[in-house]
Amino acid sequence: MDLASSLWLVSPELFLSVSALILLLVVAWSPEKAARLVTILSVAALFGASILLMVLAHQTEFKGGADAFDGLYRMDEFGSSAKFLIYLAAIISLMVAPRFFRDGGKYRSEYPILILFATIGMGMMVSATDMMTLYIGLELNSLSAYVLASFIRTDIRSSEAGLKYFVLGALASGMLLFGISLVYGFAGSTSFAVIGESLTGDLATGPLIGLVLVLSGLAFKISAVPFHMWTPDVYEGAPTPVTAFFASAPKVAAVAMTARVIIDAFGGQTSAWQQIIVFVALASIVLGAVAAIGQQNIKRLLAYSSINNVGFLLIGLATGTEQGISAMMFYLAIYVAMTLGAFICVLEMRDKDDRPLESLSSLAGLSQTRPGLAAAFAVFMFSLAGIPPLFGFWGKFVVFDAAVAAGMLPLAVIGIAASVIGAYYYIKVVKIIYFDDPANEIVATGHKTENGLIAVLALFVSPLGYLAIPAIAPITAAAAASLF
Amino acid sequence: MQNFPILSAMLLLPLLGAVACLLSDARGARWIALATTLAVFALSIGLWIAFQIGGPQWQFAEYYPVFGRFAWALGIDGIALMLIVLTAFLMPICIAASWDSIKERVPEFMACFLFMETLMIGVFTAQDIFLFYIMFEAGLIPMYLIIGIWGGANRIYAAYKFFLYTLLGSLLMLVAMLWMVNFAGGETSIPVLMATDFPPEAQTWLWLAFFASFAVKMPMWPVHTWLPDAHVQAPTAGSVILAGVLLKMGGYGFLRFSLPMFPEASEQFIWLVFGLSMVAVIYTSLVALVQQDMKKLIAYSSVAHMAIVTLGLFAFNRQGIEGAIIVMLSHGLVSGALFLCVGVIYDRLHTREIDRYGGLSINMPKYAILFMLFTMASIGLPGTSGFVGEFLSLVGLYKVNSWVTLVATTGIILGAGYMLYLYRRVAFGELVHEDVKAMPDLSAREMALLAPIAAAVLWMGVYPESFMAPIRGDVGALVARIDRAAPVGDAQLKMGEAKPVINDEAYGEAH
Repeated sequence: MDLASSLWLVSPELFLSVSALILLLVVAWSPEKAARLVTILSVAALFGASILLMVLAHQTEFKGGADAFDGLYRMDEFGSSAKFLIYLAAIISLMVAPRFFRDGGKYRSEYPILILFATIGMGMMVSATDMMTLYIGLELNSLSAYVLASFIRTDIRSSEAGLKYFVLGALASGMLLFGISLVYGFAGSTSFAVIGESLTGDLATGPLIGLVLVLSGLAFKISAVPFHMWTPDVYEGAPTPVTAFFASAPKVAAVAMTARVIIDAFGGQTSAWQQIIVFVALASIVLGAVAAIGQQNIKRLLAYSSINNVGFLLIGLATGTEQGISAMMFYLAIYVAMTLGAFICVLEMRDKDDRPLESLSSLAGLSQTRPGLAAAFAVFMFSLAGIPPLFGFWGKFVVFDAAVAAGMLPLAVIGIAASVIGAYYYIKVVKIIYFDDPANEIVATGHKTENGLIAVLALFVSPLGYLAIPAIAPITAAAAASLF
Repeated sequence: MQNFPILSAMLLLPLLGAVACLLSDARGARWIALATTLAVFALSIGLWIAFQIGGPQWQFAEYYPVFGRFAWALGIDGIALMLIVLTAFLMPICIAASWDSIKERVPEFMACFLFMETLMIGVFTAQDIFLFYIMFEAGLIPMYLIIGIWGGANRIYAAYKFFLYTLLGSLLMLVAMLWMVNFAGGETSIPVLMATDFPPEAQTWLWLAFFASFAVKMPMWPVHTWLPDAHVQAPTAGSVILAGVLLKMGGYGFLRFSLPMFPEASEQFIWLVFGLSMVAVIYTSLVALVQQDMKKLIAYSSVAHMAIVTLGLFAFNRQGIEGAIIVMLSHGLVSGALFLCVGVIYDRLHTREIDRYGGLSINMPKYAILFMLFTMASIGLPGTSGFVGEFLSLVGLYKVNSWVTLVATTGIILGAGYMLYLYRRVAFGELVHEDVKAMPDLSAREMALLAPIAAAVLWMGVYPESFMAPIRGDVGALVARIDRAAPVGDAQLKMGEAKPVINDEAYGEAH
């Protein structure tokens, strides 16, 4: 494959990189006030990249996937659909940011640019077919994320979040690298395809440890139990738009990347990874549900909710079947909509001086002061809990369907029973919003961008979402098919 | 008529009404809700008239594969028809019963009720197993809100309990449904699945998973404890809909899924069902006897009546199943009416404590007469709807096991005990409390609520054929389906042995 076609295959990343670098230069020579303009341009760049992505995905010669740079990078339906979700999530996180930072002039042009760089990294993560590409993408995303977490330098919680994320993230990267080096040592290559071919039969202790370490590093990135400890603190400390971003785009990237590593590189070693993923999935579901019960801060609660949801995503992965991966991608799409919607609702929690509120008690009686926002909040909560007729149910449905079809009944039964525990805290939020007496703390009116986004996302997770199944299902099926 | 998508219309109309209520003010919402529910009731009457008795089993079928994995597939048989008519009949009454007693957040209340109506009719019309599940489960949301927002003092506990209990049961059912659909090769149509023979060893587990859901919904002892809490805390209309329709979903589930899909497993677990039901009949009747709270008393009596339903259903014969369905319909009317009767005096005195009343027959004669009618119907006096169903159920049960029937009949005697005791304490005796003395008799609105139910109760009691004709064919099909697993009755009638012929000559031979 010649260089030109390789470059064409990575054109979305390329386009984003050039845009980000140009914008960086613009920022260097422009006044602080240009932040808003840079944000708009960044959104435009992401839109441009999405269009390139669609053009690529519809080119017939790339159906079923095409390798670039001698197998370092792969453009296929799986990567494209994940990337499309990532771009969408990044666009939404950018759209809600300026208003949040408006007060005190803390919003700076670096914010959209960091998001762009993180997005480039995520694009590489989901398309990587080599441990090296994977690691570079991962670090590009992580380094941007560390800075984003501590974006409000003057806020002690934000700085703490950034530092904590950095230290623990570096540890996880170390584990991942060590695992990669072990696998490389035994397989003789960093390419997923070659690793998959050379690791056959029963795994020796060396590559097995390598596999465990790689999975540990990846589990940290998707905040799965037992590597989830950073999540609540970082989600709570980071500025809310950043948290919304963390809970959506990087989650998609990390889960998709994990799927590719497992299926491509360790596809022949099902017995080795499956039990790990099953354990991690169930532990995430149970801990995410139980630990959320006592939370008083809505952002921490949503952090545990994201851990809980990762568990359900991993059930799809644990099956190791095409149907399971397809279900996982479907769940991801719905999850992104639900979690972004919930976080934008959190963004609207502001007191009369327009200061952000985060405590659950400030939501009391919201249904009487802001009925629209309350209804949207309830929709997202019931949807996250997976109660039909909301669309969140469908995500859980397809995942459990895949598990049952793969003959993993105990996994499905335990997972589904644990989701009842999770339902408790979601309906507790609804209870606070609808049953309690008004606290009258949230009095600021909503912003039209936020309201519009909430309305769109709420409509998507409402029962109307079911009408989208015939449109989305073929995409996720094609994505899964391209992985095998 | 068969071409008009009447079932979809009955589902969408309340939904549109709910949206309209949300956009309206309190006064407007009340009228919109009443108009919508009356329109749906009119449609259901149309449905009943157009339903061909003895025609095809599934009528008014609609099929739109709009969801990819499953379809918007609707259709009803006679059993579903009767339950839909019951739902549509009770809904306007619920709306009217909340006319004055609900003062806060009226638009939301009415919207919740209309949404609930869509889901309840949806459960009875769904022909796709996943559509059924969605409708079945979605009812949790409006009911959670109804109990939690407009309920009594301990409403939050009751709302949580209701929600989580029901959710756990249903989720196990979902796994079983997924397994079944996978087994049937992706087939999601309920009529097809009803004719699918699942391997007996798998049936055991599937039956248990479905049982977990329906037993909670029903509710059967010992998972009935959410019901008294939910009833006591819910507003009057909420109790009516809970007792009148939601409890019927459990029985409907047994009829639609457990029995026809897993006949062998149903037979295998027959003693589990009988055992739990026998305990329920006796135990909850005794508990009802000592209640001080009127709503709690009626709630426990509901558990006892539902136990008669399960006993009749698992008798595996025509009388038992038809009787169980009639008990379901009758209980829907009677318990709904009893909760309304409680609501009437609760609105006046704001207490449900039985001792605070007494002598109501003196100053509220109209009320006392209607209350007595419903009390008698609950006991199962001949001439009322209660008698028909209970008698048939017990006849069917007697064919299977006379001892179980003996226990169940004892429960009915106990039922007479607690209901008459309740009636005596509320309606008879002297008027001792000053505030009770000042209570006015039924208003025109309250009469309009109770009179139609009274008429229906008498109609069902005197001429049950109107209600049994539509279900006869479907019960026949069900009995034919489960006959292969039907248990052997304990009443083994033996022909006496013919006496040996002593004197041949006496008979002689025909020459």
